Amino acid sequence: MIAYLGRRLIQSLLILLGVSLITFALLYLLPADPVRQIAGRSATPQTVENIRQQLGLDQPFVIQYWRYLVKLLSGDLGRSYIQRSEVTELIVSRLPASLLLMVGAILCELLIGLSMGLIAAVKRGTATDQTLMVASFVGVSAPQFVVGLLLLYVFAVRLSWFPIGGYGTWRHLVLPSLTMGILGAGWYARMMRSSMIDVLRQDYVRTARAKGLARRAILFRHALPNAILPVIAMIGIDIGIFMGGIVVVESVFGWPGIGQLAWQAIQRVDIPIIMGVTLVSAFAIVLGNLLADIIAPFIDPRIKLR
Amino acid sequence: MKKFLASTVAASALALMLGMTSVRAEDTVDPNAKQGGAITITYKDDVATLDPAIGYDWQNWSMIKSLFDGLMDYEPGTTNLKPDLAESYEISPDGKTFTFKLRHGVKFHNGREMTADDVKYSLDRVTNPKTQSPGAGFFGSIKGYDDVAAGKAESLAGVTVVDPYTVKFELTRPDATFLHVMAINFSHVVPKEEVEKYSADFGKHPVGTGAFKLAEWTLGQRIVFERNPDYWHKGLPHLDKITFEIGQEPIVALLRLQKGEIDVPGDGIPPAKFQEVMADPEQKARVVEGGQLHTGYVTMNTTMAPFDNVKVRQAVNMAINKARIIQIINGRAVPANQPLPPSMPGYDKEFKGYPYDVAKAKALLAEAGHPDGFDIQLFAMNTDPNPRIAQAIQQDLAAIGIKAGIQSLAQANVIAAGGDKAGAPMIWSGGMAWIADFPDPSNFYGPILGCAGAVPGGWNWSWYCNKDLDAKAAEADSVVDPAKAGERDKMWSAIYDKVMEDAPWAPVFNEQRFTMKSARMGGADNLYVDPVHIPINYDNVYVKDVQ
Repeated sequence: MIAYLGRRLIQSLLILLGVSLITFALLYLLPADPVRQIAGRSATPQTVENIRQQLGLDQPFVIQYWRYLVKLLSGDLGRSYIQRSEVTELIVSRLPASLLLMVGAILCELLIGLSMGLIAAVKRGTATDQTLMVASFVGVSAPQFVVGLLLLYVFAVRLSWFPIGGYGTWRHLVLPSLTMGILGAGWYARMMRSSMIDVLRQDYVRTARAKGLARRAILFRHALPNAILPVIAMIGIDIGIFMGGIVVVESVFGWPGIGQLAWQAIQRVDIPIIMGVTLVSAFAIVLGNLLADIIAPFIDPRIKLR
Repeated sequence: MKKFLASTVAASALALMLGMTSVRAEDTVDPNAKQGGAITITYKDDVATLDPAIGYDWQNWSMIKSLFDGLMDYEPGTTNLKPDLAESYEISPDGKTFTFKLRHGVKFHNGREMTADDVKYSLDRVTNPKTQSPGAGFFGSIKGYDDVAAGKAESLAGVTVVDPYTVKFELTRPDATFLHVMAINFSHVVPKEEVEKYSADFGKHPVGTGAFKLAEWTLGQRIVFERNPDYWHKGLPHLDKITFEIGQEPIVALLRLQKGEIDVPGDGIPPAKFQEVMADPEQKARVVEGGQLHTGYVTMNTTMAPFDNVKVRQAVNMAINKARIIQIINGRAVPANQPLPPSMPGYDKEFKGYPYDVAKAKALLAEAGHPDGFDIQLFAMNTDPNPRIAQAIQQDLAAIGIKAGIQSLAQANVIAAGGDKAGAPMIWSGGMAWIADFPDPSNFYGPILGCAGAVPGGWNWSWYCNKDLDAKAAEADSVVDPAKAGERDKMWSAIYDKVMEDAPWAPVFNEQRFTMKSARMGGADNLYVDPVHIPINYDNVYVKDVQ
């Protein structure tokens, strides 16, 4: 177990290093000159050179990357070129909102996805099953931008049940969580359905049925806990999908998280922020996968760590 | 108003006798304005910084103007200069010395009185390379600028504190734009102790002398401005509070405006909704339209074949159907025939420009030795509507035989290609250039049409360099006397007419501004399309529903 953990940690660190190198290199190769952007259109060539030197951007790639890594080790992600504030501060101030949204989204996808999967499995082969599976297909394939605007229009503008975008109360959280959750709910519904069908075929379920247990008791006490386990183990992997989704969803709903920060930074070619958000996301994804792998054997003893 | 005129005339007469130009300030406030109330404004993007030495985008530009003041400003809603923190100023007969008398009793938000030392400190700071100000270059005409820019001096030799309420500027050349330079944000006055306290984070903790002070800044969510009760300009501002909500998509902002939740969508009316809004009389009544100091144009790299031939450039000017392009953007612009926009002093109303004439364009191309046209690359920024405009230009060019391939790239990449001499033969400027920094005709020449801008990394993307015109421009800018402003504007008109003969650009349109507001907002229309305050003039607007 400890050897396994050590191996996975080293692997994770190498992945993060690789991500940082590739991102740094891609941003370095951009034809846009960040110094020109800082210096503005009225700058003299001398001003431009001064700023380039101060930021160390006149150095070769290897030295620039090395300096970035050294600062990174002390938790310093540099200063934004456009906002001129610490990238760490910008990210930290926005992380709580993104985490909250993620929790909301996980709740939504579990609630919707698991119940859809459960009903579909129980009603296997009926029209209900088919309708639910088509719905899950739509959920998986609908672009989040469209889903978000649609929900906004119906529930916020037309019905006024929820506020039109923004942040602050639980009412603000519902629509963005739902938008993010619908995508995952589609996957969970399909997974839950097959997992449940699988479990319902098991001998112990047949035994439970044979000894005359009520249908409800069989479903919720015997089948569900076993069917749900492999599905729960997927949540760690979800984090990766969420990281992609928050950029879109946070922009649509005006949610002040790191996805919105990333989107703005990309539009303004604010390299230190792009680097910072990429690294934080990569870290979250690696951590999520690691946790999922570690937890899996505890949930399902059939899985062994090797 | 009469009194204002009389005092100005008297002061001018006196100044003429002394051989100097002198102007004194007199302030007015809208008598119908109501005091109090709060408004909400939305923006999509984060506010980058509120440091006047750093902020250089249209969003923070107007916010900074409400937190800080400069020696000069503009009369609300106009491009007319007026003294602001200065009470009066004098210009020496040779146009190289400007002396400003400061108002007494002007206080920073921290309670300390602002003096001439603060003015000098602010200018030393903005020109110091360590500040990394994008506006440092505007102060190039002040004596000692080069030493400060090179890091050889910490202080501008040409700025002298005569006494606590008098500051004198010596210039290396007569500079007619200097009063405008004293009105741009980069020259706004900051208190040294606060700048030193917050260092690089001063932009998040701004302290100035302006009409509002910063009350709250929650990163990524909201910024709240509160009325400055000690503001030196009695009667201003009218509002008690302005809340800027950040991170709201323009389309969401419009929905909220329709529900009465916000007062001004800062990013304007989203293009997709423009026609719908304008078709509804109730909504249209709350839209204010105005000019903008903007020109959209196609640059042709005059150092690259075939655009090194003036006939080819003229042919392109005649081939572009501007009316159709304006239709593409729902009529949110007026056709342009010269570099200057119509609301800019020096705009030549008589100038006819190149007509849209496909047959004549073809004939010119044939004369230039390209009867069958040629292949060329047209660069454009990749955000809507620019790719669509580039496609329209592509079709227009195809009609005279020019086959243009479109390079649709991110903004920074197009700017980089334009600043490279061999980078881009043709660029559609939409989304990147050019909005004037201040309302003076010279601002459309130096960086984008003069020799100084035709350098690697510069903004003169046609690489057009006409030494003769550069000399004429310098001559026009040495006419410093405000009484001769009309004469100077004529000199500039002539320069731009000559530029159009050489046709390094094909001017396409001048964008119009459309600001939408809630029904409760009051104040003259021109405050909502103020040429130097985008989207609105925060200090002078008011709400009608306060008691």
